Amino acid sequence: MAKFRIAVHITPRKGLLDPQGNAVKSALQTLGFKNVKDVHVGRYVILETDAYDAIEAEENVTDMCRKLLANPVTEDFEIESAVHA
Amino acid sequence: MKFGIVTFPGSNCDYDAYHAVTEVLGEEAVYLWHKDHDLQGSDVIILPGGFSYGDYLRVGAIARFSPIMEEVAAHVKAGGPVLGICNGFQIACEAGLLPGALLRNAHLQFVSDAVRIRVENTETMFTDLYERGEVLRIPVAHGDGRFVATEETLNRLEGEGRVVFRYVDAAGNVSPSSNPNGSERSIAGIINDSGNVLGLMPHPERACSPLLGSSDGVRLLESILTKVAA
Repeated sequence: MAKFRIAVHITPRKGLLDPQGNAVKSALQTLGFKNVKDVHVGRYVILETDAYDAIEAEENVTDMCRKLLANPVTEDFEIESAVHA
Repeated sequence: MKFGIVTFPGSNCDYDAYHAVTEVLGEEAVYLWHKDHDLQGSDVIILPGGFSYGDYLRVGAIARFSPIMEEVAAHVKAGGPVLGICNGFQIACEAGLLPGALLRNAHLQFVSDAVRIRVENTETMFTDLYERGEVLRIPVAHGDGRFVATEETLNRLEGEGRVVFRYVDAAGNVSPSSNPNGSERSIAGIINDSGNVLGLMPHPERACSPLLGSSDGVRLLESILTKVAA
């Protein structure tokens, strides 16, 4: 067993109305960042987990995302490669 | 009839539900602690409003794993009625008892107001005493009430008559301004495919006496009484 650190990005499902992202976008445009075309606000979760190898750690975290960390109806998730913690 | 009202850490409408059941309906009610594994013989379960677990992660996401939810799921499977109000609706969706999800209001503001909802289906154990198309005045108080689901799910809900309540204006018409949170198709409440789990964002338990500005919520509870006792 070794300890791994994995980060997960959870974002609103594409195509769904993202009022928080829109509010941040208009705030940025008001500040003068006129080139901003699209903003989405999600969550960034960092986990430390024990596993035999990186592949097992990533599988475990994928399972965690499906069961709790992300809502399958409204969110997408992407997990980063596991690194030794 | 015995109503079990689940108290999660952060529930705050459990007392309102208790009052409505005991004082208005004149029925028995018990509080069910979220850590217990016992429904205490309750015939009907109410998942009340509030901010369970501080709305951490997502609304309703953590409450779904409370020990008592295992018994609630078994109660549902056995055909027992469950009424999810506001946060209780969010929890029921997260628990997979109802389809879809509830997201942040489209205008990003918390909405606390008396809204009007139209009864779309009276052939349920929760709406038997209403007239089809009847417009009710019921309060809402939520920041995350925007109902979303896939097009396929929405079409199925509509086709099977499972959209039970819809936000409307005083004349009973659906319009963008009568939708307080941006819910898909102005959906305010839905029922599961077996017809024993109702989830809605408005608070019928807060509309149960003229003193509160409306009594329109009473018949929802009375419907359960007549249908379940029958």
